[in-house]
Amino acid sequence: MHEMSICEGILQVMEEQATAQQFSRVKSVWLEIGPLAGVELEALRFGFDVVTRNSLADGAVLEIIEMPGTAWCLECSKSVPIRQRFDACPDCGSFQLQITGGDELRIKELEVE
Amino acid sequence: MSQSRMVQIEQDILGKNNQYAAANRQLFQERQILALNLVSSPGSGKTSLLTRSIDDLKGELPITVIEGDQQTANDADRIRETGVSALQINTGKGCHLDAHMIGHAMESLQPADNSLLFIENVGNLVCPAAFDLGEAHKVAILSVTEGEDKPLKYPDMFHAADLMILNKTDLLPYLDFDVNKCIEFARRVNPDIEVLQLSAKSGEGMDAWYQWIRSRMV
Repeated sequence: MHEMSICEGILQVMEEQATAQQFSRVKSVWLEIGPLAGVELEALRFGFDVVTRNSLADGAVLEIIEMPGTAWCLECSKSVPIRQRFDACPDCGSFQLQITGGDELRIKELEVE
Repeated sequence: MSQSRMVQIEQDILGKNNQYAAANRQLFQERQILALNLVSSPGSGKTSLLTRSIDDLKGELPITVIEGDQQTANDADRIRETGVSALQINTGKGCHLDAHMIGHAMESLQPADNSLLFIENVGNLVCPAAFDLGEAHKVAILSVTEGEDKPLKYPDMFHAADLMILNKTDLLPYLDFDVNKCIEFARRVNPDIEVLQLSAKSGEGMDAWYQWIRSRMV
């Protein structure tokens, strides 16, 4: 979806941090993204290169840490892995799942100078 | 010589939007404004549903509308014809409304206390799901001329919505749309979603929608 706005959000955070933490260049960026965040990783990489051009992160390496999708199955009373919001419980087939992880869309850390 | 170092950030990328959304939500609560964020595909009948709802409800409660579209003020014009204030936001290249735009719109719209605010989002079942505007509820509108599997095709939106409205039910006799299947699909992505079936054209089912709104006004 809106990967461009997400990249602009990343750039904004980096610019704010550059002032607060006194750095002038970003060499690498680590993001944590879950399968339920609604983000297409290829589009994000493309958008990142475009948005960071001529910025403090021009040419920075984008490292994406893919987080697991997890849900609590009310039938089995346990945590199960999921890939998508409409997945059934892999054990019992129920759709009574409460999503507990996988919608992360977070900047974890930066390598800067 | 500069040396490279690591900086911990641990920050949500949409954190800024979420801060604006939290501020909007607080304002809505303080002034007892019920904000409903209406989301759907283009052509689901959102604006027709709105104009009919406004005509039927404007006698009993103050209503204002924020209209989001990529271009044109056509929808806000249609809303203003009903006699209520509407503000058009053109998102230009953007595919969604964000919380900052809503904060600005509130300043110029100045909705009354104890009122109803409809936010008609950009016709798009993907992006608006990720952007909290500070609304009380997202309402997903799906017309029966679309596929009944839309909740599975666009799960993020139906997961984020508290209510799904199936619109254009007057056309059901001419279509193969399977209502029960559609509701089952919606509950797969969101077991708690409420469902209303109505036709903004014939008026069938509209009372239940008005009841749903009234019960949330206090």
